[in-house]
Amino acid sequence: MSGLEQSYAVLLPEFVVAGGGILLLLFGVFRGDRSQSVVSNLSILLFVIAAYFVVVGADGTAFNGAFIADGFSRFVNVLALLGAAATLLMAQAYLETERLMRFEYPVLIVLATLGMMLMVSANSFIALYMGLELHSLALYVLAAFKRDSIRSTEAGLKYFVLGALSSGMLLYGISLVYGFTGTVSFAGVAAVVGKTGVNIGLIFGLVFLIAGLVFKIAAVPFHMWTPDVYEGSPTPVTAFFITAPKVAAMALILRAIIVPFPDALHQWQQVVQVIAALSMALGAVAAIGQANIKRLMAYSSIGHMGYALLGLAAGTPQGIASVLVYMTIYLVTNAGVFACILAMKREGEYVETISDLAGLARTQPKFAFAMAAFMFSLAGIPPLAGFLAKFYVFMAAINAHLYALALLGVIASVVGAFYYLRIVKIMYMDAPAPAFERDFGGRIGTVMAGAGAFTLFFVVFAAPIVAAAGTAAQALFK
Amino acid sequence: MILASIAFYLFSAVLLASALAVVGARNPVHSVLFLILAFFNAAALFVLLGAEFLAMILVVVYVGAVAVLFLFVVMMLDIDFEELKKGAQAYVLPGAGVGVLLALELVLLVAINWHIAPVAPGVAEATMPAHVTNTEALGRILYTNYVYYFQLAGLVLLIAMIGAIVLTLRHRTGVRRQSIRQQVARDPALAVQLVDVKPGQGAAP
Repeated sequence: MSGLEQSYAVLLPEFVVAGGGILLLLFGVFRGDRSQSVVSNLSILLFVIAAYFVVVGADGTAFNGAFIADGFSRFVNVLALLGAAATLLMAQAYLETERLMRFEYPVLIVLATLGMMLMVSANSFIALYMGLELHSLALYVLAAFKRDSIRSTEAGLKYFVLGALSSGMLLYGISLVYGFTGTVSFAGVAAVVGKTGVNIGLIFGLVFLIAGLVFKIAAVPFHMWTPDVYEGSPTPVTAFFITAPKVAAMALILRAIIVPFPDALHQWQQVVQVIAALSMALGAVAAIGQANIKRLMAYSSIGHMGYALLGLAAGTPQGIASVLVYMTIYLVTNAGVFACILAMKREGEYVETISDLAGLARTQPKFAFAMAAFMFSLAGIPPLAGFLAKFYVFMAAINAHLYALALLGVIASVVGAFYYLRIVKIMYMDAPAPAFERDFGGRIGTVMAGAGAFTLFFVVFAAPIVAAAGTAAQALFK
Repeated sequence: MILASIAFYLFSAVLLASALAVVGARNPVHSVLFLILAFFNAAALFVLLGAEFLAMILVVVYVGAVAVLFLFVVMMLDIDFEELKKGAQAYVLPGAGVGVLLALELVLLVAINWHIAPVAPGVAEATMPAHVTNTEALGRILYTNYVYYFQLAGLVLLIAMIGAIVLTLRHRTGVRRQSIRQQVARDPALAVQLVDVKPGQGAAP
């Protein structure tokens, strides 16, 4: 039985989240919807406790190698847990205003986060698929959470149908990989590919696998669903979609490509390069004409996924570390932007067009300053966090001799800077629109201030984060 | 051996024909009925392979639950399927073109490279130990080697259940519900009112 006991020790953080989620569900069912704020606060506490267990947790594999806990999973799990906690923290005011105070909301976020933790630690293709479905299913429900709004239900349905399609592609790819290697474990696939070399059938499976996976991070050409789903979903749900699940899905892609296919580097590198180039280009151009800020952030996130994939295209430990640093900064900055969007409330109604921000610097200077900092960071202007993120990724690409791709990335970020700076211009130069409600609550203020401080002063404490990302990336190349 | 071959070709032919009929039938109820026929034939193929547990699961789950659910939905929803199909006509040619192209690619790329592993025929021929049934063999690994996946599947179903309740359950106001407490607490003093009725005037409350 010692093997099973060891499995449980390795899975301790996941047990904490799963058990906590089920207890919160029971509590909510007995107490009804008036317990929503209690369940929500307890969920945030649960995330913090789980993050502690992740940090102190043991390395190792569990359940015959289906599950692995290592430096990589630890780094990403802490990110995902903190991202989920932050989005839950700032959701409360919106849910109260829109009468969505239902205790299932935090419970679904907890279960989605559990799915993310399991997929980050997946060490076989079946575990990968189960974790992915666990987290996606919760996200589909969350997208349609505002069920009386036709746009929210449309977002949920669209996400569900296209998500099911991508699962189909993923499973098809996995079945081909299994057919040509005879195993589903990552290490087993790596061993077979190393021994027998790459054949065309395996490449076929690999391409389908990548197509199914990049759907989850909404990289071009699998991005069509993103603007509609992000615009239609309730804003706190969009804030959640754009932060933690993106980081977890990106981590899943890193592990599912690097660990089983080190000997097929040249094959997947081409595919990832094309996806990265297209995403960067589309993210830079398509966001320009947007009037709705959630839609703009959707296109912006497509572009950012392209930059992050640039690090993966390098295929080196340095490249993977740069992706992790990029995703950390991406997560914090986007959490900050969405804290700002959730503070855009006028006479009891939430507004989400960019023109509503006009002249914000005169009515609410601090709010406008935070938003401007996030926009400069997303545009990649030094010395803010976003600049360093792009710097590390481009350095990794150049060291891997991907000069053309790095050049394209620089051009795309210059073009993309236009729409980020336009928001700053609207806030600081245009005639003021009617002011927003001054009191957006301490919780949103906390996230805004915390993310703002991280974005402004990242240079100061970059070293430990970059070092941690470096060790995390090394875990994939053992 | 020849009997098994005849059975295989018979079931396969009926399976393929009924699968085509599912897509082609004009009446959606007929489509569902052909679907059930297809499931039964697939189950028969599983039995020929010696996988009786899968065969039973296929019949119980897909015929017993899924197909019957389809039938309910098709009969209860008032959807004009002819109207729906009109738009689809335009996509038949491009759709078929893409499908044929993909199938050709698959045949060219995958089928040509498909090698049967030297050990595979041996594995296929190895018969199950006589005293172990399918169900027992699956149970032996499902709750041991595969317990992790099994529990994850349980969690996925839990989320599906929560999702279905979140998205559809509505507490309507004005619905009369049974309250046991009220029923038990009720006594004659609350329920019966004695009225002294004068002759020829009727009872007025």
